[in-house]
Amino acid sequence: MAFYNKIIKKSIWVFHVSASPCNNCDIEILDLITPGYDVERFGIKLVGSVRHADVLLVTGITSHKVAPRVKQLYEQAAKPIFVVGIGTCTVGGATFKTSYNRAGAPLDKVIPVDAYIPGCPPKPEAMIDGIVKLLGTLK
Amino acid sequence: MSKCRIPLGPFHPLLEEAEFFDIKVEGETVVDIEMETGWMHRGHEKISETRSFTQSIYLVERICGICSTSHPFACVNAIEDIDNIQIPERAKYIRVLVGEVERIHSHLLWLGLAGHFIGYDTLWMWAWKYREPILKIAEMISGNRNHYGMMRVGGVGKDFDNELIPKIHPILDAVEKKMVMLSKAAKDDPVLKSRLKNVGILTKEDARDYCANGPTARASGLDMDVRRDDPTAYEVVDFNVITLPNGDVYDKLVARVLEIIESVKIIRQCLDAFSKVDGPVKTEVKEIPPGEGCGRYEAPRGEVFHYMRSDGTNRPIRHKVRAPSFSNIPTYKASCVGIPLADALITLAAVDPCYCCTERSIRTVDTNNNKIDTDLLNISRDKTQKIRKDFLKKAKTPVERIFEKS
Repeated sequence: MAFYNKIIKKSIWVFHVSASPCNNCDIEILDLITPGYDVERFGIKLVGSVRHADVLLVTGITSHKVAPRVKQLYEQAAKPIFVVGIGTCTVGGATFKTSYNRAGAPLDKVIPVDAYIPGCPPKPEAMIDGIVKLLGTLK
Repeated sequence: MSKCRIPLGPFHPLLEEAEFFDIKVEGETVVDIEMETGWMHRGHEKISETRSFTQSIYLVERICGICSTSHPFACVNAIEDIDNIQIPERAKYIRVLVGEVERIHSHLLWLGLAGHFIGYDTLWMWAWKYREPILKIAEMISGNRNHYGMMRVGGVGKDFDNELIPKIHPILDAVEKKMVMLSKAAKDDPVLKSRLKNVGILTKEDARDYCANGPTARASGLDMDVRRDDPTAYEVVDFNVITLPNGDVYDKLVARVLEIIESVKIIRQCLDAFSKVDGPVKTEVKEIPPGEGCGRYEAPRGEVFHYMRSDGTNRPIRHKVRAPSFSNIPTYKASCVGIPLADALITLAAVDPCYCCTERSIRTVDTNNNKIDTDLLNISRDKTQKIRKDFLKKAKTPVERIFEKS
C-alpha cells in the first residue's frame, strides 16, 4: 500500500460523476483542466472510464434514481479508490435539504467518502487544495 | 438490414450530465432516437412552496449553474407581474449587465464543448481560456464566479461599483477581438466547415412544429427573441437579433459567436449608462398581494418561463418552471434521424441541452413502488363528464322549458 500511495501522489486520474447537481460544480471541475488553472501540470487528469480512475469526484444531492448507478460506479472502480464530494450539496443537501428526491445528503449514505469540499460552488483553488490535502493524508 | 440498438449513458465519458440515449442504427445511419431523463430531478417546484418569495429566488438560481441568472430573472419578473411593481432604471441596467455576462460565458462554454465533441480540443481550450476573464468580470460585479445572487423582487441586491468600469472595458475589448477572430476562423477553418456544415439540419418548419426556441430556432430562420419581443428590462438597450437561414450545426455555432459580439455591445451600453444614471437600485416591496403572474426571459438557450401564484402570504402556493431545453430536446427526432452515427453526438449537443433545467417531471408510484398509470387527460375528461351529468340532472330539458313559459 505504501508503494501504491507513493505512485498515486505523482499522478492522480479523476473521474467525474454528476449525481443530480446544478451543473455548476461540474463546469468548475472542467475549468480545472482548461488553461485557466490547468491541473494537468500536477499530473491530475480527467479520464473517460471509471476503471482507470484513482479519485471519484461526486457532485450533487444524489437523487433516488441516480443513487443505484453511483453505487454501481463505485463497485466497478479499481480499488483503492478515493471519493471526494464536491459542493455543499454532497455535504448536507444545501438548499435542497428538504427535497423529496434526496437519497444522498450526506453522500456517506450512498458510498464511503474520503473528503468533502464544501462551497456553492467551491472555487477551483479550493478544489485543488482539497485534493492536495487528501493526498497529504496518504502514508 | 437489421436494426442495432446503441445505449449511451447515463454515465458516459463525453456527457457532462447524466442522461440516457437509446439510439437505433441501421449500419451507420441513425433511424430512431429515444431518451430517458429524470436523473437530475430535485423537486424545485415543491421546495419553492415552502420558501418565501426572496428565498425562492435563491432556490431557482440553483436550478442550473450555467443559466444562474436567467431563472431568477424570469422568477422576479413573475413576482413583479403579480403586483405590477416597477423597478428603478439603474436596476434595469444592472440586470441587463449580469444577464449578458452570463450569456457570454454560457455561449463560450458551449463553443468549447462543441469543439470537444468533434475531437477538436484546441477550440475547447481556446474558448475556455477566453471564458476565464468573463468569470472574473462576474466575480468583480457580484462576488461569485457562477451563482451571482443579484436578483431581488423590485430591483437588484447589490449596487454596481462605478469604479469597475475602466477595469471591465479592456477585458471586453480583448474578448470581442478574439470573437471576431473566431468567427472568421470558423468561416475559413476547413476542419470545422467540413465537420459541421450541412450536419443535423433542423428546417424552419420542423423548428416551428417542435416549438424550438432560442439560438436553435434563430439558426433555423425563426426570428424570435424574448429580449426584444417582451422586454422587462431590455428596452433600455439597443441590439440586433441574430437570425441565420440554414439550421445546421455550423449555423448554430456562428449564431452563438455573433450573439457573443452583440452581448459585448449591450454590456458597453450598460457601462456607458452607469455614469449617467444614478439613484436607488431597489424598490421597497412590503408584501405580495394575492394573484398570479408570469415571467419570461431569454436565457442563453432560449425562452425560460416562470409562473407564480400568491395567496397573500409570504410564500408562493404554486411555482411552475418551464426551461428552454424542454422544447429544444425533442427536435432530436427531426434533426438526428437519417444522419451518420458519428454526427449524431454533435447534433445532440448543438441545441445546448441543459438537463438540469428540464427535469421537472414527476412519476406517481404506489406503496410497493409500482408505477401508477394515471392518465391526466382521461382524469380531466372524466371529471368534465361527471360535472356535465350532474348539471344535466338539475337542468331542465328544452321541453320542460317550453312548458314552463306557457
